[in-house]
Amino acid sequence: MRLEEYELREWVRRVTHGEASRRDFIRTMLGFWLSGPLIAEMLRTQTSAMAQGRRAVQPTFTPTRRGGGGKLRLLYWNAPTILNAHFAGGARDVAASRVVYEPLFSIDPEGEFIPILAEEIPSVENGGRSRDGTWTIWRLKQGVVWHDGKPFTADDVIFTWEYAIDPATAATSRGQYENIRRIEKLDEHTIKVVFTDPTPRWYLSGGQILPRHLFAEYKGENARNAPYNLKPVGTGPYKIVDFKPGDVALYEINPHYHMPNRPFFDTVELKGGGDATSAARAVIQTGEFDFAWNTQIDKDVMERLEQQGRKGMFRFTTGAWVEHIDLNRTDPWTEVDGERSSVKVPHPFFTDPLVRQAFALAVDRRTIAEQLYGAAGQPTSNYLNAPRQFASPNTRWEFDLEKAAQLLEEAGWRRGSDGIRHKDGRRMQVVFQTAANPVRQKTQAIVKKALERIGIEVELKVVPSNVFFASDPGNPDTNSHFYADMQMFANSLGFDPQGPMRQFVSWESAQKANHWAGRNFIRWANAEYDRLWKQAETELDPVRRAALFIRMNDLLIEDVVVIPVVWRQEVSAVSHTLRGLALSPWGSILDDLAYWYREA
Amino acid sequence: MPFLISSPFVGEGEGKGEKREKVYQYLLRRLLIAVPTVLGISVVLFSILALAPGDPFEELALNPDIPTEVRLHLRQQFGLDDPLPLRYLRWLTAMLRGEWGYSFASRVNVNTLIWQRLPTTLFVLGTAYGLALCIALPVGVISAVKQYSLFDHVATAFAFVGHSLPTFFTGLLFILLFSLHLGWLPFIYSTTLEAQGLAWITEHLRQGAMPIAVVGLFESASLTRFVRAAMLDVIHQDFVTTARAKGLPEWRTILGHVLRNALLPVVTVMALQVPGIFTGAVITEQIFRVPGIGSLLISAIQSSDTPVVMAITFVYAVLVVAFNVVADLVYGLLDPRITYA
Repeated sequence: MRLEEYELREWVRRVTHGEASRRDFIRTMLGFWLSGPLIAEMLRTQTSAMAQGRRAVQPTFTPTRRGGGGKLRLLYWNAPTILNAHFAGGARDVAASRVVYEPLFSIDPEGEFIPILAEEIPSVENGGRSRDGTWTIWRLKQGVVWHDGKPFTADDVIFTWEYAIDPATAATSRGQYENIRRIEKLDEHTIKVVFTDPTPRWYLSGGQILPRHLFAEYKGENARNAPYNLKPVGTGPYKIVDFKPGDVALYEINPHYHMPNRPFFDTVELKGGGDATSAARAVIQTGEFDFAWNTQIDKDVMERLEQQGRKGMFRFTTGAWVEHIDLNRTDPWTEVDGERSSVKVPHPFFTDPLVRQAFALAVDRRTIAEQLYGAAGQPTSNYLNAPRQFASPNTRWEFDLEKAAQLLEEAGWRRGSDGIRHKDGRRMQVVFQTAANPVRQKTQAIVKKALERIGIEVELKVVPSNVFFASDPGNPDTNSHFYADMQMFANSLGFDPQGPMRQFVSWESAQKANHWAGRNFIRWANAEYDRLWKQAETELDPVRRAALFIRMNDLLIEDVVVIPVVWRQEVSAVSHTLRGLALSPWGSILDDLAYWYREA
Repeated sequence: MPFLISSPFVGEGEGKGEKREKVYQYLLRRLLIAVPTVLGISVVLFSILALAPGDPFEELALNPDIPTEVRLHLRQQFGLDDPLPLRYLRWLTAMLRGEWGYSFASRVNVNTLIWQRLPTTLFVLGTAYGLALCIALPVGVISAVKQYSLFDHVATAFAFVGHSLPTFFTGLLFILLFSLHLGWLPFIYSTTLEAQGLAWITEHLRQGAMPIAVVGLFESASLTRFVRAAMLDVIHQDFVTTARAKGLPEWRTILGHVLRNALLPVVTVMALQVPGIFTGAVITEQIFRVPGIGSLLISAIQSSDTPVVMAITFVYAVLVVAFNVVADLVYGLLDPRITYA
């Protein structure tokens, strides 16, 4: 069943005017794999009755007073090393800072926006968003104070932006402020974010807000000397007591927190170090800790722990992590002008669509997902899997070695006396590289076995992950050089696919000229894809924009640019006594820490 | 055993003042040799770390929302793109000023990080070495005195088993037994204990018990063998027979004459192990999440935080060189026959 756009619009109009059943509409849309929030968004563009900033998952518990909950013990085996999210080396640092600092809003697992330091979520109806996507006005919450008693105002928000975009500060959060031309102060508690180009991402306003009165003298070159990088002063539910980088952060309740009767716990301890397996044990078996983050461990161990442990369980967060195999479109074995994998030399056989399809058919995604990932991953045919409105319903995957062999025959690759396929005197042999990680090495082995069965010689290469993902222009083993035929890794695609999907536009090809800083490692070029991506950048209609991304994803799959393997989930270990956790994949996992509580 | 300077025997007729003067001369000479040694070590360490591939921005690379320019800019800011000699000189001048480097991950000076970790490492490893000594000395002495007795056989067996079991194995075994099965001891070391007074001490001992036992037992195994061997060397010498013939009680012969002489090599070995107390036990600290210098080192290596790795390995090198000198000096104090030529 296909639905034309004008039919859809008419239906939306009838629903919002009460002429058609709202329930039927939602059911049909869910049938189209559209997510609840998107449907709500579709209806919202017509009505203004939609309640704003409501938590989609309403906690059943409404505390009557602040504190009294004792100690909350969190375990991050990958230990935080700094408490300033703008210098974060990874999600662990963002989370540990998030306990103290707050952003303007957060996004819950359903994709709903929840105001935090904002009074309300801007919309066209409440005058917070321009119809042409050129500006957003944020009304800030009044009466919020920093942990040192100073009031929180518009100046802090503006300062944070200035701080992060200053190149001398060397903030890792700079990307979050792309496309912001300026931030104007309308009054003490109102700001206007003006964008350089009209954007559907009206909410872009960066991350955790820093206090201007403390950080003003630590902007730019001097940023590294700020004592507040380790002793933060925020507006969050908990205040820092002590922080030892790489070991432990101790927080205590903020008695002046701006939400009534929150938070629940008196102190929070965030301990780091060790390994994922024993972290899971500490929550599920011994109960020494209440929550452990990123406990992605061997599937068998995970199942055994779940059976034995009585103190907790694993919780899965469905984000947009996808483990995928890239097929190089350029020749990694010929050097031109001092670089291999040059855009000037096409790959000897990955330029043939039949060959690429054969490779895609030889990846046994079900076995990989079931044997290696268990509950923490599922086979997928899409590169873009989440949020749900962007997941394409049009793609399929299959594992069929016979069909793969047949395609290779058709393409003219015949088996030689050594069992390996040849064409025009060229052997079909590939080097398949990935970052060191036990699960990836097993995946490599499964793929290699299947490829060998259809007459392809495979050499596996494993690169330490701090090298594979390095940005060192001098190192040939990074994933951006891609000096191999195939490579596998995982990206987190985030809440909005605009940035991540940039990895396939033609002008981002990683090469010597740009010091391999381009994001398109495959060096694929497709005019239609480029056009769609640019269009999505300024498309303000959420439905049409989702359609653009679905088309982009379909192009990637039809043309076998990438072979998506497993849609991964983030795994946390959670004590049975903890309640109120939403565990959103779209921001920091501790975004709703103020709502967490314990029930004995 | 690392390089001991040869200690030739010299006649006993020399005066005390003359000897002291010689000690000072010897010390001065050793210290002067130590400077180029330490410099050489620092060049080697720095080059290896600088030439090692990888950079500290792995996780940033996983997020396609972070532009590559951010990472390239950070590389530049941290001076990762500068030529090696320039980077070494920069490090050396900073070190001479007492700045140990600047951690990429925490954006603070490395000495801050090391001072935070030192007390824990000193407590856990100091106690562990103390425990090792308490076990090794009596067991080694008894084993030697009652050579080939049942006690000696059992002690030898334990020493060999203890020495061949790696600490990561015994560590996990301990966790499995004491934390998971019996539930007696916590297996996550906490530096933020809230208890006061006596409760604080017991809590510390409870959480320290397993890491201390793992390291202590492992060290005691080799030390026991060492004490035993040293005792056996001495026990058959003529002056021991003479002491016995004079009618000295057996315990006085053993403690006063045999042990005192046997301790000489043992002290040297112990002195050379002291640098290890400062720099931590990498594996044990990792298993029990003891926030010591060893775990700082391993996490710095994993995240390519080279200034931290450099500082710790360099401090270790300096300590090894320093304690070699100390060991040689102590040797002379214990044995009057040794002089410093």
